[in-house]
Amino acid sequence: MRNFVSARAQEIPPSGIRKFFDLVLTMEDVISLGVGEPDFNTPWNICESGIYSIEQGVTSYTSNRGLQTLRDALSHYLAEHYRLKYSADDEMVITTGVSEALDIAIRAITDPGDEVLVAQPSYVSYAPCVTLAGGKPVPIRCTEKDHFKLNPDVLAEQVTAKTKALIINFPNNPTGGGMNESDLKAVADIIIDHDLVLISDEVYAELTYEGSHCSAATVGDLRERTITLNGFSKAYAMTGWRIGYLCAPKDLCDAALKIHQYVMLCAPVMGQVAALEALRSAEEDKNSMVNEYRLRRNLFVAGLNRIGLPCHVPEGAFYAFPSIEKTGLSDVEFAERLLKEQKVAVVPGSVFGAGGEGHVRCAYAVSRKGLAGALERMDTFLQSL
Amino acid sequence: MDDKDLELLRILEENSRLSTEEIATMTSLAKAEVERRIGALEATQVIKRYSTVVNWEKAGNGEVSAIIELKVSPERDFGYDRIAERLSRFRQVKSLRLITGTYDLQLIVTGKNMQDVSRFVSEHVAPMDRIRETATHIIMKSYKENGNTFFEQPETERLPISP
Repeated sequence: MRNFVSARAQEIPPSGIRKFFDLVLTMEDVISLGVGEPDFNTPWNICESGIYSIEQGVTSYTSNRGLQTLRDALSHYLAEHYRLKYSADDEMVITTGVSEALDIAIRAITDPGDEVLVAQPSYVSYAPCVTLAGGKPVPIRCTEKDHFKLNPDVLAEQVTAKTKALIINFPNNPTGGGMNESDLKAVADIIIDHDLVLISDEVYAELTYEGSHCSAATVGDLRERTITLNGFSKAYAMTGWRIGYLCAPKDLCDAALKIHQYVMLCAPVMGQVAALEALRSAEEDKNSMVNEYRLRRNLFVAGLNRIGLPCHVPEGAFYAFPSIEKTGLSDVEFAERLLKEQKVAVVPGSVFGAGGEGHVRCAYAVSRKGLAGALERMDTFLQSL
Repeated sequence: MDDKDLELLRILEENSRLSTEEIATMTSLAKAEVERRIGALEATQVIKRYSTVVNWEKAGNGEVSAIIELKVSPERDFGYDRIAERLSRFRQVKSLRLITGTYDLQLIVTGKNMQDVSRFVSEHVAPMDRIRETATHIIMKSYKENGNTFFEQPETERLPISP
């Protein structure tokens, strides 16, 4: 029998966290700092709207773009919170999570052979999605020295005649790094000079702890070449509802919409109704969750530094990314031994690509008590080395 | 009163047993600064006192609480304030509010048992001057107090590791 698996599917590596996942499942009493989602439940008013919509028989397809009411509310929200001006009618698509938005954005712009720059360490999907679209992912290393910001010089070095686009994600998973307006201005010129598309995944925008989030499309003349991705998962603790969105100038948006219409048709309607409720009435719930993450960040990062794992202060998201180089272990060894010996799950930084090695990702979307327990165990582990 | 003070109040309202050190780390303030600010909030009585949310039903001491509503004839020059002040002196009155609607004042009263509450209302509250009518609602069960639910909520299952 032939090998039926396509060359492309063979080419993409299996997810690096799978092994840990399986190991954790066999163990009891694990404190997991490995979870990339909020530990809060979705605020009840949002859930209730979703439930009520089902009771009312709102269970059909929506338009490909998504519910008009949701897009109108979103357009208004983005303008008010981020100074982003996107038309609800032809510059916006509601997607099944940001994951789908990312996929259709990449497919909308990538031709075979195109190089797509990926600022790393990054969320694990970016490079494989580029590969699946026929493009070639090119990592751009963001380092601790630069506070995990995208360094314009490093970026410029990697641009070639084949470079089509750049994917960034700030506040960043896994580093917690952020880019403010002047940081973005510094890379905007390179993007424009080389005529690149910018895909900016801003799903952690609401989880910005110092100052306010600067959306890439508001910087200089970037808007006309930027695809902004965002969603409801992180800010409103709505991961399981799978609602994200893509905003872009009409031509780019139309291309993404075409793909969305063939592969997804529309995002689940009950999720869209719930997302609308989130925009209408969950501002306070969101703020109190964000505030709690900030307090936990301060506690946890101080704790890491105290026990001897140097960690820069993450500006956003809910991840700390301490260096474990001093232990002499590789990040994979560190994570494996910490899990087996002290039952704390963290994710090795190398899973997230270039620049991640020598670090581990610790999600602090965990109760303060859980974080304190994890720090204690990590301290014991470090002292045993 | 600035943002940092408000932040301290929110933290303490949620858990007043945190150490000064923990609060200092969480808020990125120096320990002495946290102490100074909390001291000032106590001195100005913004912080009235530190208390505990108790699920008395679970504690099983058999105490009974009731919501008492009163129709009151207001006094010239004083409105409801003077009678409210008198009512507030009773230890049994845990909360007291002026409200809109059919009744004027609303009290939360607790006692050792039903008789205790009913004696308090009939002997002390109802006979007071200017109180025209009372309505007593015994609280049968508390589900939520001051933002704290008394339901045991199951942990939601999350994947142990996700990207």
